[in-house]
Amino acid sequence: MKILVCISHVPDTTSKINFTDNNTKFDGNGVQFIIGPYDDYALARAIEIKEANAGTTVTVLNVGPADTEPTIRKALAIGADDAVRVNAEPTDSFFVAKQIAEHAKSIGYDLILMGRESIDFNGGVVHGIVGELLGMPSLSPVMKLELDGTKAKLAREIEGGKELLEVNLPFVAGCQEPIAEWKIPNMRGIMSARTKPLQVVEPVVVDSGVSLQKFELPPAKGAVKMVSADNVAELVTLLKNEAKVL
Amino acid sequence: MNILVFVESAEGKIKKTSLEAVAYANGMGGNVTALALGTVEAGELASLGKYGAKKVLHAGDAKLNDGVIQAYTNTIVQAMEAENADVLVLANSSLGTPVAARVSTKLGASIATNVTELPETSAGFVVKKSIYTGKAFSKVELKNAKKVIAIKKNAAEIKEVGSDVAPTTFAPQLTDADFAAKIVSTEKATGEILLPEANIVVSGGRGMKGPEHWGPIEELAKLLGAATGCSKPVSDIGWRPHHEHVGQTGVKVSPQLYIAVGISGAIQHLAGVNSSKCIVVINKDSEAPFFKAADYGIVGDAFDVLPKLIEAVKAGK
Repeated sequence: MKILVCISHVPDTTSKINFTDNNTKFDGNGVQFIIGPYDDYALARAIEIKEANAGTTVTVLNVGPADTEPTIRKALAIGADDAVRVNAEPTDSFFVAKQIAEHAKSIGYDLILMGRESIDFNGGVVHGIVGELLGMPSLSPVMKLELDGTKAKLAREIEGGKELLEVNLPFVAGCQEPIAEWKIPNMRGIMSARTKPLQVVEPVVVDSGVSLQKFELPPAKGAVKMVSADNVAELVTLLKNEAKVL
Repeated sequence: MNILVFVESAEGKIKKTSLEAVAYANGMGGNVTALALGTVEAGELASLGKYGAKKVLHAGDAKLNDGVIQAYTNTIVQAMEAENADVLVLANSSLGTPVAARVSTKLGASIATNVTELPETSAGFVVKKSIYTGKAFSKVELKNAKKVIAIKKNAAEIKEVGSDVAPTTFAPQLTDADFAAKIVSTEKATGEILLPEANIVVSGGRGMKGPEHWGPIEELAKLLGAATGCSKPVSDIGWRPHHEHVGQTGVKVSPQLYIAVGISGAIQHLAGVNSSKCIVVINKDSEAPFFKAADYGIVGDAFDVLPKLIEAVKAGK
């Protein structure tokens, strides 16, 4: 079985977000980049499936410029067999999905996994677009995934609960916790990742329907107003009369 | 401009987030048609007219009672074609967002999700989106003739602007392939106020010391008509169900009021609450980082402050 895991290369969740070039570019200065946390769940589940099913291979794919390679190597260290980097800035969801679909078509994967959304642009639509482009079912946000031959049983989180589904391979899933526990690469994994194949391919041309005009930061938060634990009623008064939220 | 709004329902009632989508479409100033799928109460369908729909389509086939992503996609696409609609508006949700993705691909539409404000149309068609999990915004131009807009909660204010509209039956042409992903069963809390749709959220963290101590959180939530939430550690250790986890990798909420009790405020938790209008933090540690992100704070023990707060809310009613 062939599994494709698509990963994003995103700022660490603790990063301060700033922009440069007149608010048109992300300021990567001093920012640590990681595998998208949701993608990391997808990867961990793919590795578990590989470990339980002999002959399964896991390929990771990232759409990004050369500086995403350390992130891709980390995915290889976690246990993916090989990697593909589509050499382009991931400008919008449709662009990224189109690159994934083009690669997937050329290989024919049984399962295409990724995070439910990237934590930079939070679009949450790449899996659906890939599914539509490939004519496969797409499911998201998937919190449980069990394979049974050519069939899969999944749980999809919905507001206030979950939905249990059955679907035949191949399909696309956008994943989230608790589908698997994040895996931390061990020394052997890190060593072997250096020599695993990482193929660089050029992007296909996409006529993108979305263009960025500028970024904005939210207005600064005012100072917190403290209320004494001995005068909790004052809080209720403030919420009613000052904040007007009760 | 013809706008189609996909409205979601639960237990026969239209979701509030979908009423916001109707209000948003009305705010855009076009010809608004609302489309509901599956079994929905007749009165609920008709009432969509009050919030701005000029026409209400209902694809009431019981096969559409479950939110099957591909079947919903094709129903919406066919309704867009039948109504000659240029724009699809819907609420971001576990169903809406995946469906929006497929619809946009089928239609060759520009898509934006997590949209927070009405579009600016003085030069092009520009929407504002929440990005970096609420830490920033981007303004993007949607260039294609067809557009799909998924709005974040509170992007529009629900207002009564019209009167009831008699629904029109809509019968989409669907095939077995549209139901390839089969929904076997649904496990859902009923009668609760759902976290992503709540105007007030009361959340507890590890400071609550154990699942047996959640009584006051639930009591306060009930009094306020609020949903209950929790921090990641609390759902990881199984004190509360996963769908209550608020944060970077859980549910992102944007209520009017978020009350955090015994949550220190790790940056990953803040990412899930930073678009709340007003944040109240109750923590016994005056150094808890959450206070820096709060509007109001109380330093005190949850088991001392919560009963007092419950009494104060009761007294203020």
